[in-house]
Amino acid sequence: MISKEQIEHIAKLARIELAEKEKEKFAGDLSAILDYIDKLNKADTSEIEAIRQITGLENVVREDEAGSEEKDIKEKILSQAPSRKDDYFKVPKILD
Amino acid sequence: MIDLKDFTIESLRKSLTKKEFSCVEMAEDCLAKIKKENKQLNNFLEITDKLAISQAEKIDEKIARRERLEGLEGAPIALKDNLMVEGQRTTAGSKILKDYIAPYDATVVKKLKNSGAIILGKTNLDEFAMGSSTENSAFGVVKNPRDLTRVPGGSSGGSAAAVAANQCLGALGSDTGGSIREPAAFCGIFGFKPSYGMVSRYGLIAMASSLDQIGPFAKNAEDIKTIFNAIKGKDRMDSTSAEIAPPVRKSEFETLQIGVPREFFGEGIDKQVKEKVEKAINKFLELGYEIKEISLPYSEYALAAYYIIAPAEISANLARYDGIKYGYSASKSKNLLDYYCKTRANGLGDEVRRRIMLGTYVLSAGYRDAYYNKAQKVRAIIARDFKNIFSGKDKVDFILTPTTPAPAFKIGDKKDPLAMYLCDIYTVPANLAGLPAISVPCGEADGLPIGLQIIGPQFADDSVLNLAQTFEQLK
Repeated sequence: MISKEQIEHIAKLARIELAEKEKEKFAGDLSAILDYIDKLNKADTSEIEAIRQITGLENVVREDEAGSEEKDIKEKILSQAPSRKDDYFKVPKILD
Repeated sequence: MIDLKDFTIESLRKSLTKKEFSCVEMAEDCLAKIKKENKQLNNFLEITDKLAISQAEKIDEKIARRERLEGLEGAPIALKDNLMVEGQRTTAGSKILKDYIAPYDATVVKKLKNSGAIILGKTNLDEFAMGSSTENSAFGVVKNPRDLTRVPGGSSGGSAAAVAANQCLGALGSDTGGSIREPAAFCGIFGFKPSYGMVSRYGLIAMASSLDQIGPFAKNAEDIKTIFNAIKGKDRMDSTSAEIAPPVRKSEFETLQIGVPREFFGEGIDKQVKEKVEKAINKFLELGYEIKEISLPYSEYALAAYYIIAPAEISANLARYDGIKYGYSASKSKNLLDYYCKTRANGLGDEVRRRIMLGTYVLSAGYRDAYYNKAQKVRAIIARDFKNIFSGKDKVDFILTPTTPAPAFKIGDKKDPLAMYLCDIYTVPANLAGLPAISVPCGEADGLPIGLQIIGPQFADDSVLNLAQTFEQLK
């Protein structure tokens, strides 16, 4: 069972504000899903290693150089920012 | 009015070449039909008139120059709205991206444009592709064209509905746990999830990156092949995309073996679905295929493993929606932390928040081993069991199952999240193992379509499509 305190902690880690009513609802939902997931405990996994990548890839590396992207891509991306100053993203104050 | 019901991609190309109508006329008719029907179906979020007409004009110019049309040229296509089309709104069905304009084309979109397809618009989906009914979209419920009181399946419900309603000849969706195959089954069409790595995901709005795959919907296997051939291939922008050697062709004289896993016909399956799928499988006997019962004992754990792995990846992938770089942002906040929390509380819907929190929980300190690592081990066993069944002395060439336990349900019927998750119980294993799988229509139950799922070995995508075509031609 997920308690009210636990759901508050999870929501904070996930950076999601929850209303009081929602806390109860999501705690109930998550508890039911975790109950179902618990059936995994019956699966014997003693002789296998956890999977890493399904097609067997290892790390894929490339040269660290700028791609040949179109020139105006920077403006297209920055123009999506809710708040910007020149070529920077503007964020709310972090320190008081 | 040109009725797409009468056409395949190939026959449309022929009619265009014979100048029975122009490509612009055809595109205009499609756009008009979509606009008219969208009031009822609600399956399009954006209609890309200008793009469609400009692409159609190019095809008409080609015809005027008496050049031969090939592949996808002139084919009207719809795209799930989690695929980026440069300069177009791309929302992923979420309020948090309601005004987001894609800065570049997804690789599959670039390939479709280059192959001469006509892009008609962006289709509705469960928010961030999380759902099995397309009821979770921030922009309203999509209806099943076969029965307007029922869901079209999800999360690519808008795309499936578009093909089923003959608004286009093909559509792209994305499939993380069944989001192409389940709606294809519910709408009575073909829906294909390629092997993990066959199609680049660059420009697909990510959900669970170790599972996500883009694939096509169409009314027949040939059209599925045409679209798949246009979008597949290694892409330097997606390092998980694979370089595939051409498959070894099987001798025509060898008897093909079909495996039927008993675990997929047990508890929870609708009686009519079971009967119709068994009947469909038996049709392969007439063709000289050998059919044998097999067992995939760990498949009963697949859904549970999926609901750890997928939410874990979701919680990481969706951390990017913080109201800073793009998308909706909270207007009033005390400080940065408060800004993040309010932005995500207001911008994200219930199912998305539920999965982010579930993922956060299973990855949090003290729980990671019990949940995430355990699930990754179960995933390894599921992948190994498939591999063993597809190789060795008693191997099978294909596995046949129902696509879903039941046909399309009524809108609003599944209010409990877990009941919704269970819709994907037969489709999730192929995602966990990275295998190609297609849903093919195989009859009806009380007028509602039923899907037969064909699963093949990793990267044997062409064989799966060939078998789907063989089945189609049997009818």
